This record gives sequence, C-alpha cells and structure tokens, in this order.
Amino acid sequence: MSRPTVAIHKFSSCDGCQLAFLNMGEGLIELAARVEIIHFAEAGMVDPDTTVDIAFIEGSVTTAEDELRIQQIRAHSGLLITIGACATSGGIQALRNLQEEDWCSSLYATPDTIASLATSRAITEYVDVDLELWGCPVRSEQLLAVLSDLLHGVMPGKLSGVMQEPLCQSCKRNQQVCTLVSLGKPCLGPVTRGGCGAICPRLGRDCYGCSGPLKKPNSESIERCFEGLGLLPEEISRRFKMIHSIHYQGEQ
Amino acid sequence: MDGEQTIRLEVPVLTRVEGEGALDLNIKDKKIESLALRIYEPPRYFEKFLEGRSVDELPEMVARICGICPVAYQMSAVLAVESLFEGEVTPWVAQMRRLFYCGEWIQSHSLHIHLLAAPDFLGHPHAISMASEYPDEVRRGLRLQGLGNQIIALLGGRSVHPVGARVGGFHRAPSKSEVAQLLVEAKSAVVDAEALLRWLVTIELPQEEQNFVSVALSEPDAYPVMGRQIVSDNGLDLPIEQFEQRFEELQVPHSTAFHALLDGEPYLVGPLARLNINNNKLHSKVKVLCGELGVRFPSRNMFDSIVARGVELLQMIRESVVLLEQYQRPSQPWSEFSPKAGVAFGATCAPRGMLWHRYQLDAEGKIQSAQIVPPTSQNQARIEADLYYSLNQFGLDRSQEAIKLHGEQVIRNYDPCISCATHFLDLRMKQV
Repeated sequence: MSRPTVAIHKFSSCDGCQLAFLNMGEGLIELAARVEIIHFAEAGMVDPDTTVDIAFIEGSVTTAEDELRIQQIRAHSGLLITIGACATSGGIQALRNLQEEDWCSSLYATPDTIASLATSRAITEYVDVDLELWGCPVRSEQLLAVLSDLLHGVMPGKLSGVMQEPLCQSCKRNQQVCTLVSLGKPCLGPVTRGGCGAICPRLGRDCYGCSGPLKKPNSESIERCFEGLGLLPEEISRRFKMIHSIHYQGEQ
Repeated sequence: MDGEQTIRLEVPVLTRVEGEGALDLNIKDKKIESLALRIYEPPRYFEKFLEGRSVDELPEMVARICGICPVAYQMSAVLAVESLFEGEVTPWVAQMRRLFYCGEWIQSHSLHIHLLAAPDFLGHPHAISMASEYPDEVRRGLRLQGLGNQIIALLGGRSVHPVGARVGGFHRAPSKSEVAQLLVEAKSAVVDAEALLRWLVTIELPQEEQNFVSVALSEPDAYPVMGRQIVSDNGLDLPIEQFEQRFEELQVPHSTAFHALLDGEPYLVGPLARLNINNNKLHSKVKVLCGELGVRFPSRNMFDSIVARGVELLQMIRESVVLLEQYQRPSQPWSEFSPKAGVAFGATCAPRGMLWHRYQLDAEGKIQSAQIVPPTSQNQARIEADLYYSLNQFGLDRSQEAIKLHGEQVIRNYDPCISCATHFLDLRMKQV
C-alpha cells in the first residue's frame, strides 16, 4: 500500500482513544507523513464521506443517527478497525443495557429533545469489523503495530498474540507478585486480555478488566475464587459489570 | 427583498474540540436572529449507573467521563468521599495529588494550544499543516504534552484513565529513581515552556474587551487546583457545599448538556478566569517573565485564553520541578478512611474549569445518588453570549467563511470538552 488514506470517526465515547493518536508525540507528525489523514474532526480534518483505505472507529452506537452513520462509513471504508472498549463492546455506557428503566425519560425534563437509544452497542453488532483493538483506552503501540503491518503490506492478525492470552501471562513475565493468590485481591487478570503491561498488578492492585474479557473466559471458576475471598454475589457481579458489562459473565 | 438578506450558517461539526457539537446561526438584515451552540453528543448516563456502586469503584468509573481530563474526575470524586468519611490524608498524598494534577494541566493545555487553538491564529487548518511552517514550535508542544503524560503515568501507571488513584491516596508510591529520571525532563521542560510563552505573545490575537464574571476555586496559599471555596471577581466567596444556592442548571432544547448560571447570569470558568482571580499567586519566576513580556492579567479579552494556558503551563512545570525535587518515598502511599452516611461534596479545577461533584452515600460507602457539574456545561451560556457579542463586533456583513471561522475561534477559546459536558443529567428532580 502506498500512502494509505485514513479516517478516524467518533461515536459515543470519552474521546480517550483518539488520544492514542494525539499522544504519539513527534510520532504523530511522522505518521501524518506516512498515511494521509482524511477525516479526524478533533484534529481539524473533516471529510467523513470520502472513501478511505482504513477507518478507525472510536465509541459505541447510542443514537438512531449513529446506526445509519456506521453503515455509511462501512460502505466507503476499506478496512474498518474498532478502537477501545466502547467500540468493541459498548463500553461503560452499556451498563444502561442491563436495566429496564428508560433513564432518558426519567431524568431529562424534556426527553423529546434528546436523541438517545435505550442501549449502547458495539460496532460489530451493526457492521462487519475487520479488526478489533481492545483496551480502555487503546494504546498508541497497538495502533502503530497495526499501521506498521499495513504499511509493509501485511494484513494484521485478528489480534496480536499478547491480547489473546490472559493478563496473568504478562504478570508472570514481569515476575510480579500475584495480586489474586498472594495478595488476596479480586483480580480479573485470569479472565482478561493481556497487552496493557499488567499496569494494575504493577501498582499492587487488582486488574479490573479494562482490556476486556478473553474469548472464552473461565468466569465460573474465577467467581468461585472471589467467593472464597469473601465477596458477596452482588460484589462479584459488580466486578464483572463495569467497563465491559455485557461480555464478561460466566452465565453467558 | 428590499435588500433584506438572510444568512443561515450551519457549522455541522465543530472541529478541534473534544466531543461533538455544532453552531447554528441565523442572520437577518445584518442582525443575529438566532444563535445556538448545539451540543448533540448523546448522553452516557454516568450519574445513573454510579448509583449502587461502591466509592472504591468511583475513580475507575468517573475517569471514563473524559479521556482528556480523567485526573480531574478522579480527584473531585476522592476529595468528595474523603470530606465525608472519617480519616485524613498525609501531606505526601496532598503533594502527589498536586503533582498528578500538574501532569494533567501540562498535557491538556499543551494539546489545546498546539493541536486545537494555535492553527486558527496562524492560518492553518490543523496542527499537521502548521508543523510544516512551525516545525520546532509544534514539536516542542508535543514534547510538553508528553511530559504531562509522563507525570500522570508516574503516579497512575498510564496517562489516559490512570489506575493509581484511590480514596485515601495512591495504590503505589513511585521509587526515587523513577522520580529522578522524570525530574531531569521536567527541568529541561522549564526552558521549553518559557520559550512557548515567549512565542505565544508574538501571535497576533483579536483585541476585544467584554464584560463577564470569572469564577474559580480558591486555595489559601497556592494557585488553585483543589479547594473548598468558590470565588469570583465579583465578590463571590462560597463554600463548595453551598454551590446549589447560587448556581443553577437548566436544560435547553438545543443541547444534551445543561447550561449553568450564577445568580441567573452566564459566567466563565477555565484558565482565563483562574488567572484573572489568582494572578498574584503565580510562582515568582513566572511573574517575572510575564512582566518582562508585558503579559497582564486580569484580562477582559477571551482571546487571551491561549496566553493564559501558556502561563498556567509554565506555572505547573515549575511546581512539578519543586515537587519532584522534594520527593521522599513514604512507608504507606494511602491512609484508611472509614465510611459514613451523608452528602459528600468535592470540587477541583479541571484544565478547562471548575468540576463540581456531589454524592449521597450510605453507611457502607455505596452511592445513592450522584451529581456532577463539568466545566463545559458551566461555560455554555457564556459561549453563546460571547458569540453574540463577538460576531457583532466582527461584522455580520463579512463572508460566511469568515464568520464561520471567527465563530469557531470564539468557541475554541473555551477549550470545550463536549464529551464531559453531555454525560450528566440534573438529578435534583429525583432527589428525595
């Protein structure tokens, strides 16, 4: 691929994954020389409708307008890559999917003026996604690895190896004291994707699962383990339902 | 007819702001008929799903409101909880929170100056284009942004959604060698930040005086970052617990974020407001440089906001150097707090203005209700008042393109963070 065209689109999110581009430092200038950034509103480029080779999607689908917009983006994008928790699983705002009450009408004085669906859903529930980059937030290194592959004419793997293995593996390689077994904290490391560098255990605290669940997490086993640590069922449930509320539970 | 001219100007996507907003403007016969900063970013209902959560989960959850200012959300939240619970933080924790916060201001201000605001004044559509004409300036800005990120990561493990903060302090204290490495970079950043300020004062900015009320927190002997009093340049001096007595939030049809008013009037929060009230609390060397460069605050010109960010950025780098130089590793990086039922208030100065939190907590430390008032919703009414005034001054008979650009510049002066602003709902109507 010679100087591929790139778009970065935002849906419902905190904008934190777009920072994985804006926080690249001088690498951002180099990146802009290697790829042509067509659309990236936060950085000042606006052209959402032009066909691009690679589209990065931040955020989840939470409005009727979003539902249409993601279809349009899919239609004029070569590779479509979701970045971060909101785009890959619905994000923290998907906690609304778990309850019956319509928060919008119960809270806004004039809910008619608020365009908002009752759910927050991942991009993959609407269109085909070519590659998912998990993390809350996604890291610059993840983006660079993918872009580097593409610039060298290599199709990036569905997931890099380290993101397919449990976070525990990173801790073992770091020779980190186990927060679950040795410190007795309810660590989600055994059921969470690695790749973040196990930053929580490095700070002596339990992983809270921001990189998302493994493909087949053994959640029942970890639930029993948490019970053994004295957590109440309600506390265990809260542990699983936070950044990636809809994908973690053992019962699914 | 009869020379009557109607201009309908829509800016459907505001660029170089955080989050999604638009500007709708109707001009008839050279008069503004209607004007709306339309914020359509959908709400995310944070205040709702915080209900039933433990305060131990608060730092992780509220961080997700904003990727650009997660430290502000974490700090307002833990300060609120600690003000109600039984316990006391150590001086080390207080110092490290200030350092943590310095990192966020450095990162956010640098990002805003270089990637969002400066291209407007230098005739470029974006920073990448600006880098071809001003390569050294843009690279210096990105380096400063990187230093801010490193300071956050020192205490938080990473800069976006850091994981180090907790009620009572931090999960881990950095080692002296980690601190020593960062100190070297912080010291060299003083040179960069001074050069940045010298550069900013050479940029030609529109000159336009306006009347507005500046609002910020106040700290007794320091430039305000965290504080228990809200002050204004109009005589306000209010404990944060009494915020609701004078400040009011309203839903307006064109915005998913609430508008806030002080005594029924728009007001300003953010770097210019802070500096207008607290310029005498700057570091002595920052004051000297400002004097040398003819930088004077208070200012009534909103376009001076970019200079105000430069001044604050230098202040925070100087403070970081002092805090890193004095660093001692403590035996314990946090202290225990025991839960207590009641209402908890916390407020801090996010990079773009005061961020106020209120939580109703039960005896086990679970959240019964939450209310969060972010800076951008506070500034919305002020932005609209500013646009109305500033576009009239600018000249409504100018080209659509010129009016559009001027309107966008006015809005960017406030560094609006729309992602923050729309994640809240007024819970007063449901409080028991």
